[in-house]
Amino acid sequence: MTDRIVRVAAGQGFWGDWLEAPVRQVQGGPIDYLMMDYLAEVTMSIMQKQKSRDPRAGYARDFIPLMERILPDLVRKKIRVTSNAGGVNPRGCAEALLEVAERLGVSDKLSIGLVTGDDILGQLDELIARGHTLNNMETGQPVTDIRDRVQSANVYLGMGPIVEALHQGADVVVTGRVTDTGLTLGPLFYEFGWRPDDWDKVAAGTVAGHIIECGAQCSGGNLLKDWRSVKDLANPGFPIVEASADGSFVVTKHGGTGGVVSVASVTEQLVYEMGDPRSYITPDGIADFTSITLRQMGRDRVRVSGIRGGPRTPLLKVSIAYSYGYKAVGTLVYSWPEAYAKAQAADQILRQRLRDLGLQFEQILSEFVGVNATHGPLSGPPDPDAPEVQLRVGVRARERAPVERFTREIAPLVLTGPPSVTGFAGGRPAVEEVVAYWPALIDRNEIEPQVRVEILGAGKRESGEAKQEARLDSVRSVRAQQSNAN
Amino acid sequence: MPSKATRTSRASPLSRVQLRWLAHARSGDKGDTANVGLIALQPDFYPLLQKEVTVARVARHFKGMVSGVERFELPNLNALNFLLHGALDGGGTISLKTDAQGKVYSTALLRMEIPVPRSLARKVGARSHTAGRS
Repeated sequence: MTDRIVRVAAGQGFWGDWLEAPVRQVQGGPIDYLMMDYLAEVTMSIMQKQKSRDPRAGYARDFIPLMERILPDLVRKKIRVTSNAGGVNPRGCAEALLEVAERLGVSDKLSIGLVTGDDILGQLDELIARGHTLNNMETGQPVTDIRDRVQSANVYLGMGPIVEALHQGADVVVTGRVTDTGLTLGPLFYEFGWRPDDWDKVAAGTVAGHIIECGAQCSGGNLLKDWRSVKDLANPGFPIVEASADGSFVVTKHGGTGGVVSVASVTEQLVYEMGDPRSYITPDGIADFTSITLRQMGRDRVRVSGIRGGPRTPLLKVSIAYSYGYKAVGTLVYSWPEAYAKAQAADQILRQRLRDLGLQFEQILSEFVGVNATHGPLSGPPDPDAPEVQLRVGVRARERAPVERFTREIAPLVLTGPPSVTGFAGGRPAVEEVVAYWPALIDRNEIEPQVRVEILGAGKRESGEAKQEARLDSVRSVRAQQSNAN
Repeated sequence: MPSKATRTSRASPLSRVQLRWLAHARSGDKGDTANVGLIALQPDFYPLLQKEVTVARVARHFKGMVSGVERFELPNLNALNFLLHGALDGGGTISLKTDAQGKVYSTALLRMEIPVPRSLARKVGARSHTAGRS
């Protein structure tokens, strides 16, 4: 029993990741769970916009055709799936998946767990009225400052509802805004029966989740150390966690795939988006990244152990997206000789025209790609004879009109500005709405009672109920244990 | 301006070496803050990074590009983590920068030079130069 290994494989690291990855994870060797992370801060607001145009939309649409490809294998091999593909419409996502299962004739063998309750857009005014100011964690401003521009508001849920859905027999768990790490942590807690207040186990599963949540970024993709030596990235092996009941695990990938799993590749992913390493905070607990021990155990196998953690906080993070304004980015390419000087001259002409038109912008940013776009003043003196330089000018304003006008000022430079210019075939740049992100915190007791797990598909028929709702016993039991401890 | 280390360099001659020869790195974002995880290429380089890649030097390196620097140590991973505040021109969706999410701030830090024993500079194959002369 204690020797049992649970394999959690990463299939997607973001909405837009390599579509072949989940197929290869399912077909390339043994796995128990397929974890697919779709959500970033920006993603939720995009999905909310799609849902406002079409009430059936608002989730990662790619997920459905992808699942259609792998569902027969998942059912046959009894591989379970955890995914936050549901975005701002997890019910729509789960129902679309059920339709696919019916079409493939596997719906009698498939239980779909649906997690809801993270979306608090509809309750926002009630929460504000009850005194929840939802202050911006970075600026301290109350959310009332932007209330009329809010587009989406979701609470980051942890592993609780995933564990609950698995207990209820879900083969595929579809959620909205569940943390990236919760998608891995949930299966491990369910399989090993860990106690939710075993904080070292919470931390271990969280670190496992963090390592694989960006897909191949821990298995050779975007690896800087010895990057030329990473083999066959045309066929990248996505990561697999082989977890043990004691909380230690091995990060690996299927044989015959490209990429590499090494101490270096795992370390680069561990430090990605890191804050204070002693305090990696999730809804489920706090992980101490300074306690992690990595050891190469052979080719493409890294053992991760020794992880310590601490109790979860009484607060949950809220991700609010609000309409901020508009932006556009225009580019032109200038060629040798004196490419940089020509691009600089064009930039000056453009700026004067924008001024003369009386256009007001919050910011105009000019970058010279090939000279200093990514490292700014650290880039050193420019090559006076650079073969080409791209001028890249971005503008941002609260109003749409000046940005719209700006997009018409790029192409004219071709015939009215410095010579040797090209690269404008794409036409006018597009005006983009800027949806900004407002991080806040809220008491978890306000949120957790409304979190629901339902089973659709086979489980529904077995229970003979239209809906099988359940409060989160695991969450309640933690609360009880904590209050006992206090 | 010569650093303190270079002034005591008579016994063991020093060279200035770019961090790219001693470390690898990855960066990401959180709001308007970029983080850079700096990882020693070999475990025995870590004490050198810990001693020489100070908050003050990193702040000087990124002068005009960031508003504040914090440093955290991860000796277990032979790594340092730097938070570069105000690095992303508003960050996220607001920023107009090519690198709005700070993905390549990592390599910008690897441009920084630190003083190391000349023997080590030769060993890592760096195109280094004598400390204090540049």
